[in-house]
Amino acid sequence: MAEFRTEEMVLNMGPQHPSTHGVLRLEVVLDGEIVVNVVPHIGYLHRCFEKHAEAMTNYQQVIPYVDRMDYVTSMNNDLAYALAVEKLLGIQVPERVSYIRVIMAELNRIASHLIAIGTYGLDIGAFTPFLFCFRDRELILDLFEMTCGARLLYNYIWVGGLSHDLPDGFVEKARAFIKTFRPNIKELNDLLSYNKIFIDRTANIGVLPADVAINYGVTGPMLRASGVRWDLRKNDPYSLYERFDFEIPVGTNDIGVVGDSWNRYMVRVREMEQSLNIIEQALDNLPSGDVKSAIPKRIRPPVGEAYVRSESPKGELGFYVISDGSGSPFRVKARSPSFCNLSVLPEISRGAMVADLVAILGSIDIVLGEVDR
Amino acid sequence: MQSILENPYLIAVLVALVPLVWILPYALFAIWLERKVSAHMQDRLGPMRTGGWHGWAQTIADMIKLLLKEDIIPSKSEKWLFILAPYIVFAGSYAAYAAIPFTSVYIGSNINVGVFYVVAVSSLVVVGILIGGWASNNKWSLLGAMRSAAQIVSYEIPSTLAILTVVMVVGTLNLQEIVKSQEGWFWNWFVFQKFPFLFIPFLIYFIASLAEVNRTPFDIPEAESELVAGYHTEYSGMRFAMFFLAEYANMFAVSAVAVSLFFGGWQSPFGTALSGPAWGVFWFLSKGLFFIFVQMWLRWTLPRLRVDQLMYTSWKVLMPFAFANIVFIGLWMMFSH
Repeated sequence: MAEFRTEEMVLNMGPQHPSTHGVLRLEVVLDGEIVVNVVPHIGYLHRCFEKHAEAMTNYQQVIPYVDRMDYVTSMNNDLAYALAVEKLLGIQVPERVSYIRVIMAELNRIASHLIAIGTYGLDIGAFTPFLFCFRDRELILDLFEMTCGARLLYNYIWVGGLSHDLPDGFVEKARAFIKTFRPNIKELNDLLSYNKIFIDRTANIGVLPADVAINYGVTGPMLRASGVRWDLRKNDPYSLYERFDFEIPVGTNDIGVVGDSWNRYMVRVREMEQSLNIIEQALDNLPSGDVKSAIPKRIRPPVGEAYVRSESPKGELGFYVISDGSGSPFRVKARSPSFCNLSVLPEISRGAMVADLVAILGSIDIVLGEVDR
Repeated sequence: MQSILENPYLIAVLVALVPLVWILPYALFAIWLERKVSAHMQDRLGPMRTGGWHGWAQTIADMIKLLLKEDIIPSKSEKWLFILAPYIVFAGSYAAYAAIPFTSVYIGSNINVGVFYVVAVSSLVVVGILIGGWASNNKWSLLGAMRSAAQIVSYEIPSTLAILTVVMVVGTLNLQEIVKSQEGWFWNWFVFQKFPFLFIPFLIYFIASLAEVNRTPFDIPEAESELVAGYHTEYSGMRFAMFFLAEYANMFAVSAVAVSLFFGGWQSPFGTALSGPAWGVFWFLSKGLFFIFVQMWLRWTLPRLRVDQLMYTSWKVLMPFAFANIVFIGLWMMFSH
C-alpha cells in the first residue's frame, strides 16, 4: 500500500494578525497543526532612525527619535542614549538626576512588563488580566504625565540632566501607586500566573536552553528565565544602580522547566516586584539639587566613540555613538534587545503547535518599533 | 376567521415562530449582558450611552449597523456555499428549540424522543461551520472550521453520555416527561438526586456544552489570537450577525437542556408555590439565563486550552467519568428495584 502522504502548508501570520504584536510577518510552514519552520520577516516599521540621527543638528534632538524606538519603554531608551553621549562628553550628572532617572526607568520597566504580561494573557485567551494590567499601567502614565506632560513619548531624560524636576506631590503619588500596585500583583498571580490552564499552555513550551540563549545574544528577562543570572543593573551598574538593593529573578524548575514560556512570563512578574523595591529606596533617599545644572549649553563632544549598554525592560539596550567633533553625531548605532531576542524564535518554535507559536512569540515580548527602528 | 385558526398548518407555523419571538430579543439582551458582565469584571463600564439607561440599546444599534453594511462575498469563495453556511448554522440551533419545554403547556413539538432530537439536530451546526470555513477559501477559516468540527464531534459523546444517565433514571426521552418527574421542592431536581451520580453528569454535560457552543475555555475554533476569527473570518455584515445569533441561540439551547434535565425545567423551586404555566416560563427562563451568566463568567475568567489539551479533556477525562457514572447509576437502579 502506498504511503499516505500529506503536504505542508505555508501560512503567512501577519503583518495583520492579532498576536504578532505589531507589523511582523511570520512565514510559517505547517504540517497539520505542527510548526515545521518559521521565518520572521521584519522591516515593516523601519523608520531610518540611525540615518535620522546623523542628520540632526544637535545631540539633544536625537532623543525624541530614541523615544520612538521601543515606544512603551521610552524612559529607558532616553536613559541609555543620554548615558552614551555623557560618556563621550565626560559629564558627571548630579546625584538627584541619577536618582530620578532610576525612578523613571523602573516605573517604565513596570509599565512595559505590564504590557508584556497583559498581552501575553490575551495571546493565551484570557482577556480580563489584560485590562487589569492596563488599569495599573494607567497610574504610571499619570505619574509620567504630571512630571513631563507626555504619557508615552517623554523626551524627559536629556543629555546631562532632565527636562523638568519632579513636580510637587510626585513622591506621595508614587508611594500611593506602590501601595495600590503591590496587592494587584498578587491578584494577577491568582488570576493568571498560577491558573491551571495558563500553566498547561505555557509551561514546558518553547524551552530555550541557556547556551542557545547566549549564542543568539538573547538578553533581559528571556535570558534570566533560561537560568542565567545576568542583569546589567548589577553586572555593569550605571546611573548609581549599585546603591540599590534588589534581587535578580531567574527561571526556576517549580512549575515548568528553566527557559520555558511560563518562566519568561514569571520572571517579568517578579521583576516588577523588584522594581517597586528600587523605586521605594530611591524615593526614600532622594537627594536635593538642581537637575539642569549639568546640561551643557553646546554639545560638541571631542572626536571619539562611546558604547553604553543598559538594562532596558526587553534586554540589553546599547548605544554606540561616534563623534567627529561637530555638533551632530557622526553615527548612532542602537543594539536593540527585541531584534536579537526575536532571532531565536525559529530555534525554539520548531515542532510546536500553531497555538504554541503564539505563546512563544508572546513570551519573547517584542516591540516592532525597536526591532525595525 | 374560525376556519383559519383551525387550519393545522397555520397553527404549526405560528407555534414554530414562538421560539423565534424569544430568541431575537434574548440574543439582543444576552449580547448586551455579555458586554456589561465583561466590563464590570474588568473594571470598566461597558456601553453607557446608547438608549440612555446603561446603554441598553447598544446591541439594537449594532444590529441596525450590521443590517446596513455592504454584503461582501470574497471573489474566490464558493459563492453558494458561502451564502448557505450561516443559515445552516442558525437552522441547527433554532431547530433545537422545537423540543424544549418552555412551560407546562407550551412545547414546540412534544415528541417522545425529545432529548435525542435536540442532541441530533444541534449537530447540524457543525455542517454549517465546516461549509463556512471551506467556502471562505481562507486558510485561517479552514483551520478554524476543522478544529471546530473535531471539537464538537468529540464533545458530543460525553454530553450525550451525561444525558443518557438522566434518561436511565427517568425511563423516557421526552423532555416534558423528564421535567414533570422532577416535581416538588428543589431537592427533587435531578441534580440533587442519587447524589452524586446525577451531579457528576451535570458537570460533564455543562463542560461539554461549553465546548459545543465554542465558549471559553474551549473557544479554540474562533481563537482570536491564533486564527484571527476562525471560521467566520471572511464573513461580515448580516451573515456575520447570523453566526453571532446562532452562537447565542445555541448558548441558551444548551442551558435549556441542562435546566430541563437537571434543574427541574419550568418547575418552581418551592413546591406548588409560585407555580403555574406563567410562572413556569419565568422559572425556566431565569434558570436558563443563570447558566448563560455562568458561561459568560467563565469566558471572562479563564484562558483558552490548546487543541490537543482539549481533545485530552474530552476523551481521557470526561468520557471515562461519564462511562463509570453510567455503570454506577445502572447498579443503583438495579439494586433499588
